[in-house]
Amino acid sequence: MRRFILSASLSAVLAAPALATDAQDRVVTIGGDITEIVYALGQQDRLVARDTTSNFPADVLDLPDIGYARALSPEGVLSIRPDLIIASDNSGPPETIEVLQEAGVTFVPVPEIYTPEGIAQKIAIVGDALGQGEAAQALADKVTAQLQAAMKPVDEHSPGVLFIISAAGGRITAGGAGSSADAIIAMAGGRNVMTSIQGYKQVSDEAVAAANPDVILMMDRVGDHGLTDDALFAMPAIASTNAAKTRSVVRMDGMLMLGFGPRVADAVTSLGAALHE
Amino acid sequence: MSVAGSLSTGTPRSRDRVHGARRLTVVLALLLIVVSVVSLSSGATGTAIWPALKALATGQDLSALDRIVLVDIRLPRLIMGLAVGASLAVSGALMQGLFRNPLADPGIVGVSAGAGLGAILAIVLGGLLPLALRDLFGSYLISLAAFFGGWISTILLYKVATHGGRTSVATMLLAGIALAALVGALSGVLVYMADDTQLRDLTFWGLGSLAGATWTKVAAAGPIILVALLLAPALARGLNGLALGEATAMHLGISVQRTKRAAILIVAAATGAAVAVSGGIGFVGIVVPHLLRLATGPDHRTLLPNAALLGATLLIAADMISRSIVAPAELPIGIVTAVLGAPVFLAILLKRRNTLGL
Repeated sequence: MRRFILSASLSAVLAAPALATDAQDRVVTIGGDITEIVYALGQQDRLVARDTTSNFPADVLDLPDIGYARALSPEGVLSIRPDLIIASDNSGPPETIEVLQEAGVTFVPVPEIYTPEGIAQKIAIVGDALGQGEAAQALADKVTAQLQAAMKPVDEHSPGVLFIISAAGGRITAGGAGSSADAIIAMAGGRNVMTSIQGYKQVSDEAVAAANPDVILMMDRVGDHGLTDDALFAMPAIASTNAAKTRSVVRMDGMLMLGFGPRVADAVTSLGAALHE
Repeated sequence: MSVAGSLSTGTPRSRDRVHGARRLTVVLALLLIVVSVVSLSSGATGTAIWPALKALATGQDLSALDRIVLVDIRLPRLIMGLAVGASLAVSGALMQGLFRNPLADPGIVGVSAGAGLGAILAIVLGGLLPLALRDLFGSYLISLAAFFGGWISTILLYKVATHGGRTSVATMLLAGIALAALVGALSGVLVYMADDTQLRDLTFWGLGSLAGATWTKVAAAGPIILVALLLAPALARGLNGLALGEATAMHLGISVQRTKRAAILIVAAATGAAVAVSGGIGFVGIVVPHLLRLATGPDHRTLLPNAALLGATLLIAADMISRSIVAPAELPIGIVTAVLGAPVFLAILLKRRNTLGL
């Protein structure tokens, strides 16, 4: 299997120069997961710019940054003279997208669906846009297989997890049902304790205490502005929980954990290991 | 006092001031032209206007990219910047004249708050509209909602403040503060309901931007703002009279009630349209009239046109900064106007705290 994938991606790389004459050598990606897929397909040489959320692998930081995905400037994007823009389907504003399409740039929207099928679909769309259908199929198969192997079942014995996206000002904003955090927690065999809210919402101290998480999950911010463990477990909302008693907190890179790109299996593996240790 | 001078034949000092203000009008108009041309010829793509003009003059075709950048991106953006900047500054000058309060701006009568609520409603609840309706308005739903939000809040306030055919400016001011608080609370509820992406939209909308400028938006907001700006100078004499107090103004033969009503309607239309297309852009409305009053005095006959010119120039300049400082990305323009405007405003306050009676 691995040999097949290797040969498929090799042949894709070798085929690339022939396809490159399709005048789609200037590719802009909007969305860190999409950028990672382009790298995983070995097509990074065609990238000429990226958005703010694209920060992996580190090489990509050398490319010009066209800004935050939902506040793009039409002239800023056009100044890169892209032939092809592959963008998360919530990129905007709509006026900018309209102008870009009128300017004759191929614009490929990619839906965000936080399931194994959603990730495979994402890889397929990016692959098709780049003319790398076969390599993308191989990558999608590989990622799906890795993910299936990494995923753990969820039952009532699974650890209860509270994902905190922000604890600024002592007020907790948690990941509820339907959030990207909810999806990755479930894949790693954890039980999200905050499914009473939808998406990312601020929750009351009482609700957190009542949910009684076994583990706190947070993003590991660069140059950590985040809380120290002591400060976290001293928060009134958290002090009474099982997580505080066992001092269980997991911090992970935000893009790795919530990006749902080709590294999703890595994220699930390390989160699963952390939750079940 | 020079306001009195502008109503009668005038003292030598007031004539000097009027003369100085007229000279300033010419200087500001020239400055606006220069800044507009520089704005049109600068940007992330580096397309300059001169080669483009030469191409047009010699009958050559512009490249597709140059045509889109100049005609579909920079030109509507310039016109929208002109209209919004002028509209904010003139609205500020009208409000300050109407309330005889140097701290008034359209925010204080709840126009901006109402417009903001409209926009927030559209962002958070727009997804609930039937698909057919959403398709009809498309990406202009937020702008439309902001415009109607501004209008409805102004009409409400006007009704509350008008009793027996008299509009009490003090009641309107207080009602405006109450409405702003209510709108703030409702916005808070909607912000709580919003999801992560909607929250980011709300944040960006609140910071203001001209990045969404299209010919459709120019066509929608432009005529409203143009009519409002053309009508504004007709109120100059009435506002000058009001500065002396309502009773004095009435003795001077000024229709106080009509002046107030017209000023409120013009501000509602101009601010509503401006907020609708550009989001929240702060400090232009409050700083520009102050600068001009410091330079050439409070006579509305010159203050209003000068405010339009300086407001437009400042906003276009701020827009140029916002789209070049982090190119190819861009900063929300509200950040630029606040960073430039707040220190100027503080300086004015410090310099004039004795005369402002604060």
